[in-house]
Amino acid sequence: MEPTKTPPATESSESGATAKAAESAGKDFRTMSGKPVKASYGPEDVKGDAAVKIGEPGQYPFTRGPYESMYRGRNWTMRQFAGFGTVEETNERFQYLLEHGQTGLSTAFDMPTLMGYDSDHARSLGEVGREGVAVDTLDDMEVLFQGIPLDEVSTSMTINAPAAILLAFYVLVGERQGVSPEKLAGTIQTDILKEYIAQKEWCFPVEPAMRLVTDMVEYCTEEMPRWHPISISGYHIREAGSTAAQELAFTLKNGFTYVERAIERGIDVDDFAPRLSFFFNAHIDFFEEIAKYRAARRIWARELKETYGAKKPESMRLRFHTQTAGVSLTAQQPLNNIVRTAIEALAGVLGGTQSLHTNSFDEALALPTEEAVRVALRTQQIISHETGVTSTADPLGGSYFVEALTDELEAEAYDYFRRIDELGGMVEAVRQNFPQREIGEAAFTFQRELDDGERTIVGVNRYQHEEEEVPLLHIDPALEQRQVERLQKTKTERDSAEVEAALAELKRVAEGDGNLMYPITTAARARVTEGEMVEAMQEVFGTYTETPVF
Amino acid sequence: MSAVAEPPVEHKIRVVVAKPGLDGHDRGAKIIARALRDSGMEVIYTGLHQTPEQIAETVIQEDADAIGVSILSGAHMTLVPKIVELLEAQGVDDVLITVGGTIPTKDIEALKEMGVSGVFTPGSPTDDIVEFIRNGVTKDRKLD
Repeated sequence: MEPTKTPPATESSESGATAKAAESAGKDFRTMSGKPVKASYGPEDVKGDAAVKIGEPGQYPFTRGPYESMYRGRNWTMRQFAGFGTVEETNERFQYLLEHGQTGLSTAFDMPTLMGYDSDHARSLGEVGREGVAVDTLDDMEVLFQGIPLDEVSTSMTINAPAAILLAFYVLVGERQGVSPEKLAGTIQTDILKEYIAQKEWCFPVEPAMRLVTDMVEYCTEEMPRWHPISISGYHIREAGSTAAQELAFTLKNGFTYVERAIERGIDVDDFAPRLSFFFNAHIDFFEEIAKYRAARRIWARELKETYGAKKPESMRLRFHTQTAGVSLTAQQPLNNIVRTAIEALAGVLGGTQSLHTNSFDEALALPTEEAVRVALRTQQIISHETGVTSTADPLGGSYFVEALTDELEAEAYDYFRRIDELGGMVEAVRQNFPQREIGEAAFTFQRELDDGERTIVGVNRYQHEEEEVPLLHIDPALEQRQVERLQKTKTERDSAEVEAALAELKRVAEGDGNLMYPITTAARARVTEGEMVEAMQEVFGTYTETPVF
Repeated sequence: MSAVAEPPVEHKIRVVVAKPGLDGHDRGAKIIARALRDSGMEVIYTGLHQTPEQIAETVIQEDADAIGVSILSGAHMTLVPKIVELLEAQGVDDVLITVGGTIPTKDIEALKEMGVSGVFTPGSPTDDIVEFIRNGVTKDRKLD
């Protein structure tokens, strides 16, 4: 739909949109990515050698799933993303989720932590503990995981630009608990390319940021065999407004870029590729989402084998975490979000996810309450234990429609790969705002279709009614002050000569080409703050300023 | 509405679309920026991670008629009052202030008391926002 220069008369815009939606209902059959959908599909829609490209679960090209027995062998990890307020409050939420049957932890850090600012920085004002938990120093990290045995529970940490610093904190908390790095299991996001593309939390320019990522891959390959050093994330790309096909294409291309950097560093692809994992969105277009995961596995397997020379099947086997689409949740009639989330979660499961986060119904309004989180977790448990969909691997494999959609999404991803290569690769494409522009375009098109009533969102542009209030989580504004006080306490108690020496060493290594994980760990041990480390590296690397496009 | 009906004094509405604070969720801000531009307004998008000071400065320098502040981090009750105060301190009292994002109902009233004219939460049709700004500016701004 081409946007018009003058908006239509709006006195009755809502009823106008409704009328138009009603009129067009049943006419336009497309997936959310805009792919035309036929009235029915048959054998003629599955082209090529089906036995080869679809294959069997657990076998190359892994279209039907990374493991032969799938959920019979092992259920997905129920990993609810949590983090708010101070480390004590988040620790309590962690304990609550573990008591209710969650099987892994997933940590949300607040905006200042994601951006590399300490809680007492002027830029942090009003943001501390709001969208996640504030972590400034090793002391904070220790409290965050107090009473949680790091050798038993695997932890995922959503942190990117300053990921190396948070990983060092985590390793040292393990050390204090008597758990050595090689025993620590979990995932740290570290996907910096998608930050420039979508999530927009950065500390450094692209090249030094890529170096930090590669340093972490190298460090984890050597020291942390059970750890996933990068979770290549399409989630935020989708949330920023991309189509399913764009999410697939940009995420995989980012993944290939990390693989190339590690190979250039001299690391054998089979030594690190098995520890790379993915993070995809589960949006509401059910079959398209399932096809997206299946296409992702097939493309990754093929490229790792044929382009990057992987020999081990584990290197070719794409495993992923899924989160239901936050952006699909509506502030209107929030209970409807339980239904949306259930359908999206089911798509993730039928698509063969290894780990799942289901959003809470109140998240379009605020951070989730305990009740909302519990319903979200129960949604996973119901799918797992009651529906029977876990009894067989890839139950939709061989569905004419799903196989045809898988092929189409794969083809569109390759089309994007070619366009990105023509621009000089992903780093260059990001610099030129190519993915940003494509995503912005898709987001805008989606919104226009919604405004015009060509798309329906229940409770938003159809079936509206007056709202009842739902109880929301309240974040105590005083927590910021408490966090700042805690930070100051750490600062006064530490050895300042040790801090200075650690920062000087960090800068020295940053200026050269040594692996930054080691001086970062030394600094973390001396209780240098995250912000101080980021500033020291920024003195060498500079900062990043976006040229926004819209 | 009157902008369409009266051709002689063609005032192109200037809107600053601003992303204060640290959150990187710029989808809504960019959609609004584009919808406003497509409707014939002049849009100055500040980009991400702006301080209230930077935003107030942009509004003044650009002689904006309206400002759309987009916040999804929950920091609206800290950041919006600062922007309002900074504008007032500079004697700017005729800029239409709108806020968009994840804003709980109880905060909407408080924001309006502070001088925010419109608050748009997720699901607001873009055309409503465009019209709100067009009408608000035509009514409030001393056009010459």
